[in-house]
Amino acid sequence: MFTKKVKTRISILFFLSTISILIIYFFFRSLEDNVVYFFSPTEIFNKTNIESNKKIRVGGLVKVNSIIRNEKSMVFIITDFKNEIIVNYEGLVPNLFAEEKGVVAEGKLKDKKYLFADKILAKHDENYMPPEVVKALEKSQN
Amino acid sequence: MLKKIFPNKILSLNNKFINNLLVGMVLIIIVGLTYGLFLSPADYIQGDSVRIMYIHVPASFIALGLFGIIGLVSILNLIFSLKIVPFVGKSLAPIGCVFSLISIITGSLWGKPTWGTLWVWDARLTSMFVLFLFYIAYILTWKVFTNSKKVNIITSTIGILGLFNIIIIKYSVVWWNTLHQTSSITLTSAPKIHHTMLVPLVIMFIGLSLYCVIIFLMKYKIELIKFKLKKK
Repeated sequence: MFTKKVKTRISILFFLSTISILIIYFFFRSLEDNVVYFFSPTEIFNKTNIESNKKIRVGGLVKVNSIIRNEKSMVFIITDFKNEIIVNYEGLVPNLFAEEKGVVAEGKLKDKKYLFADKILAKHDENYMPPEVVKALEKSQN
Repeated sequence: MLKKIFPNKILSLNNKFINNLLVGMVLIIIVGLTYGLFLSPADYIQGDSVRIMYIHVPASFIALGLFGIIGLVSILNLIFSLKIVPFVGKSLAPIGCVFSLISIITGSLWGKPTWGTLWVWDARLTSMFVLFLFYIAYILTWKVFTNSKKVNIITSTIGILGLFNIIIIKYSVVWWNTLHQTSSITLTSAPKIHHTMLVPLVIMFIGLSLYCVIIFLMKYKIELIKFKLKKK
């Protein structure tokens, strides 16, 4: 069906592609810690090589009823329903920061359970709905 | 067989056809924008900033899709070395480049009110930026090299390498923790966007795709004419 020239080209291309895929795979495997934008509380809990003076990002959901606002700072808990991390933060939070919503906190770890954050980002999910629909959904659940 | 997919018939396309497409595109985009910006509801968390989605998502889709086509064309080109196939990629690249830039700009405008930052180096955003660089590299190669054989090999290599990046962009939100949310529209499950918001999104996607088709036809025609003149 194909000429010999075409067949050689296909095999060369196939060979090179396989090698590139392997290289890319191992490249990202070795850089895993740098590619992920944040760690979950469980990943922090399981980590052995944490440098306490290096900035780290922790992400998860803001635990219900965990936000305590003081005059200057605020404290809340990031959870992934297995492990939790207490976050201490001074400053303004994004509009979408709320209980049971996604959050990413950047800062330095005091220990595996306590983070001094200097930056808070809100992470939202992939669901988009008008407010009336959400109300209707909540009604039908109750 | 392959020669029939890219016929020279495109040269006989008259301007009237393109003008008709143009009118259709403008109408569809006007409908899509009015629907998206005024008629569709605000989001329950994000409020009105969700309307950026009606530009951001179609632009990103198109930027990815066009490079996907460029990648496939590059594979065909390296294997069969057909004469006019490379011009498909050459004509598509500037369009995709613009849309990847639109996607990045609208994305950071959307990120500011929702995430609280214009830009982060998470996997999705970084790989999207790499896609933009791939487009630039692809376009520049066409401009810098004049030897047609050399240009074919280098651009095709860039196209195929970029194809890997497309896959990385697509799955970046699945493989790694990212600030960017995962896909709302997937082939395997129902869309996670309410239908009142999905309809304007689809309309905008059709409108902007039509825009791509029009620009592509114009540019491809010019490339073919240039090619024919050169041969004489």
